[in-house]
Amino acid sequence: MRIYATYNIKGGVGKTTAAVNLACLAAADGLRTVLWDLDPQGAASFMFRVKPRVKGGGKALIRGKRTLDEAIKGTDFGNLDLIPADFTYRNMDLLLDSNGSNGSNASKGRGASNGGGGSGSSPGGKPARRLGELLAPLAGEYDAVFLDCPPSISLVSENVLHAADVIVVPLIPTTLSVRTMEQLADFVDGFNGHRPDVVAFFSMVDRRKKLHREITQEIFPERVVAAATAVPALSVIERMSAERAPVTAFAPRSAASRAFRGLWAEVQDVG
Amino acid sequence: MTPDLASFKASPDRDPVADDTAAADDTAAGNPAVGERDEWGGVVAAVTAALGQGFTVVPDRTAPRGTERRTWFDTYDWRLFRAGLLLEYVPGRRGGELRLTSATQASAAQAGATQASATNASAARAGAAAANRNSSASEVLVQPVTGWQSSRPHHACDIPPGIVAIRVGKVIAPRALLPVATVIQSTAVSRLLNADAKTVARLVVERPALSAGRQSGRQRSRLAPRFTIQPVRGYPGQARRAARLLEGTEGVTKAEGTLLEDALAALGAAPADYSGKVDAPVTATMPASQAVAVILLRLLDTLEANTNGVLRDIDTEFLHDFRVAVRRSRTALKLFGDALAETETGTGPGTRARTAPRRATPRDIEWAAAEFKWLGDLTTPTRDLDVHLLGFEDMTARLRAAKPDDLEPFRNYLAERRAREFRALARGLRSPRFGDLTRRWRDILTPIGAGGGRGSGASIRSGEISAAALAADRTRRAFVKVARRGGAITPDSPHESLHNLRKRCKELRYALEFFAPLHDPAAYGKVVGDLKKLQGCLGDFQDSVVQVDEIRLLATSMQAAGEAPAVTLLAMGEIASGLAATQASARADFERRFVAFAGTDGRRRMSALLRGGARSGGSRSGGAG
Repeated sequence: MRIYATYNIKGGVGKTTAAVNLACLAAADGLRTVLWDLDPQGAASFMFRVKPRVKGGGKALIRGKRTLDEAIKGTDFGNLDLIPADFTYRNMDLLLDSNGSNGSNASKGRGASNGGGGSGSSPGGKPARRLGELLAPLAGEYDAVFLDCPPSISLVSENVLHAADVIVVPLIPTTLSVRTMEQLADFVDGFNGHRPDVVAFFSMVDRRKKLHREITQEIFPERVVAAATAVPALSVIERMSAERAPVTAFAPRSAASRAFRGLWAEVQDVG
Repeated sequence: MTPDLASFKASPDRDPVADDTAAADDTAAGNPAVGERDEWGGVVAAVTAALGQGFTVVPDRTAPRGTERRTWFDTYDWRLFRAGLLLEYVPGRRGGELRLTSATQASAAQAGATQASATNASAARAGAAAANRNSSASEVLVQPVTGWQSSRPHHACDIPPGIVAIRVGKVIAPRALLPVATVIQSTAVSRLLNADAKTVARLVVERPALSAGRQSGRQRSRLAPRFTIQPVRGYPGQARRAARLLEGTEGVTKAEGTLLEDALAALGAAPADYSGKVDAPVTATMPASQAVAVILLRLLDTLEANTNGVLRDIDTEFLHDFRVAVRRSRTALKLFGDALAETETGTGPGTRARTAPRRATPRDIEWAAAEFKWLGDLTTPTRDLDVHLLGFEDMTARLRAAKPDDLEPFRNYLAERRAREFRALARGLRSPRFGDLTRRWRDILTPIGAGGGRGSGASIRSGEISAAALAADRTRRAFVKVARRGGAITPDSPHESLHNLRKRCKELRYALEFFAPLHDPAAYGKVVGDLKKLQGCLGDFQDSVVQVDEIRLLATSMQAAGEAPAVTLLAMGEIASGLAATQASARADFERRFVAFAGTDGRRRMSALLRGGARSGGSRSGGAG
């Protein structure tokens, strides 16, 4: 089971679009795939027409009272399932932290294998590994997991970064966003043990903007794999929320779909 | 994988032709498999309409379409089916695959319960129950195969090595797999959408049509379509709702049989419709002549059912069953032939033609007995060699001093002899004599079996005895013979006395089996069980005696033909010595087995059994018999 996460500290950069389309392409390739919509806004759940609701909310999941397995919903696409968003995910940071300090039946005895050690909310400690623990039982059932992360730097995103094998970072070509990329690379470099690969790609590229044309991949930190594929800003991608389906499904021959296929090929090659 | 929630099919009670006009409405299920007429289209349209009450039904364009050809295989006596297994061959573009489904899964996949087969009713019920529980305690084994020909028989050793071959081999040997039925099936999937246009369940419509089966040359005919609701993960309630809507649709019922059973029903057959057992429908109050004719007709059916398989040399068991039917017929003629024959002398011919049931003449009986003896003699050499060849592996495995390869010339010699003997056997079965025998014998028996036109409920006339009375009388006589001859056997008695006793035991066993429906099942089971053990002991003894003699003869003839290397003769000597040991241990076991069957308790049991039979059949109504 390989875990991919779409992440950026900024919102509105195309994380959900990337997660939804890459997951759909993975499933179409025959990989048994599940997408976890961790964003309480539930955009990915909306795209798949699944109600953004999980029984017992995030609390029951984090505390191990319900398994992820129970929350899974089948999508309209073969091989592709979804763990929906829930509005309670907005408190996930608190849940993760309190779970780490209090301990729970589900996480007891697993701390040693995490390699993070420590207690409470120390960096890289138990609370930062909880999502990874929750995902572990799915290993037999799925080949690929996609985590659609809410924007922010928080305990949730730290969890996601620890759990992931590959972090896919959509970037709008601006100087500022390249700087946040450096921050992310430094943060991941600080991990003990398992360090995910980081792939960055330019998203929402507008060829008419001079700045977008001028920013090149050479300015990325060495630690980051720069994808050759850029996803252009196209109206067909915006139509996703109207169609409530991945663009690769409703417009498979569009330039946007071609771009996502190219990106998926590059992401798979990482690591 | 989530198991299918429920399977349904178009009700077989409805008149499919009435739906002709509705065929044009067939939108959800795609094109029919074959032919122009689609007599089931109306049901498919009704299902779509019913589901439309709760969901938006749209075709699933992402689901694989097309047709699949499925050929079921089983042995002639349905060994796989009786073991709760279904074997299918499904051809593909690059070779095909063998799919072996265990009973639970066969039922779960197709909500299968065998309607037609009473013998497998309990297994089928268990399967259906499992299907209702969405049981996952089942298995489907798949083995890819290349070059498999679905129209030909396949022996266990012909199946390419693999997971299915291992599982099937032990069940079927020494029988061959035969194609039972072929179905061409198209599958169409529809998505059931909720108000958000989200797929919450799927409807799978399978539309099978019969291609060919054992009775080739028949036209393709459509079978009832099958409907399955597949749940989507996380939406179990919606799938249950869809199943309820399906259940309430007119013309749709829960699928209770497998597709194979539907196919066979369309062919006018049913699973497990062949058995080598004598299950003639005799009743206690039937006139004895009618009961004997019914039994002999059933044996003739078995004989004829196996003739083609013997001539095609499909597997050795056709000949075995054929010979058992011959032996049983000879025994029936010997023990009960007089009941069949015309014995009344006082009635005028004119009167008899008008009122009395037809009977065979004593000459008919003599003729039949001679003809069945001829059939027995005709088939004996081939069967004896079959027995040697079937037991060859076991025989070589028992070798201690000699090597298995040493016996290879012996095996080749046996195979050549067998081929020669088989040619003679085939000539006999293709001769006019055999054709005349079966035709004339059926002509003689049919009117008697029909009660001389009085039907199966024929009453006993003056001068006749009932089936029960005849059975009790003759079975008692056969038992007395066994008891007397067995009791006279001492450790010093010659081989022949045991051989003779074995033949009498066979006669007694057949007599019990012919009239099995007349006996109390528990008492019958105990008596036959003890008899079987005695027969097993006598069989071991006699077979080893015969085989030792045969090995001596074969060794001599092999040497005369210059085909006997010294190591082979040595190995054959070792085999003979092993057989002699078997013979000695069977001989030592005889006393115990005989006493268990025909000692004081055994006699009491037999008496009780026969009293029960005679009581239920009533006493003689006349003085004859």
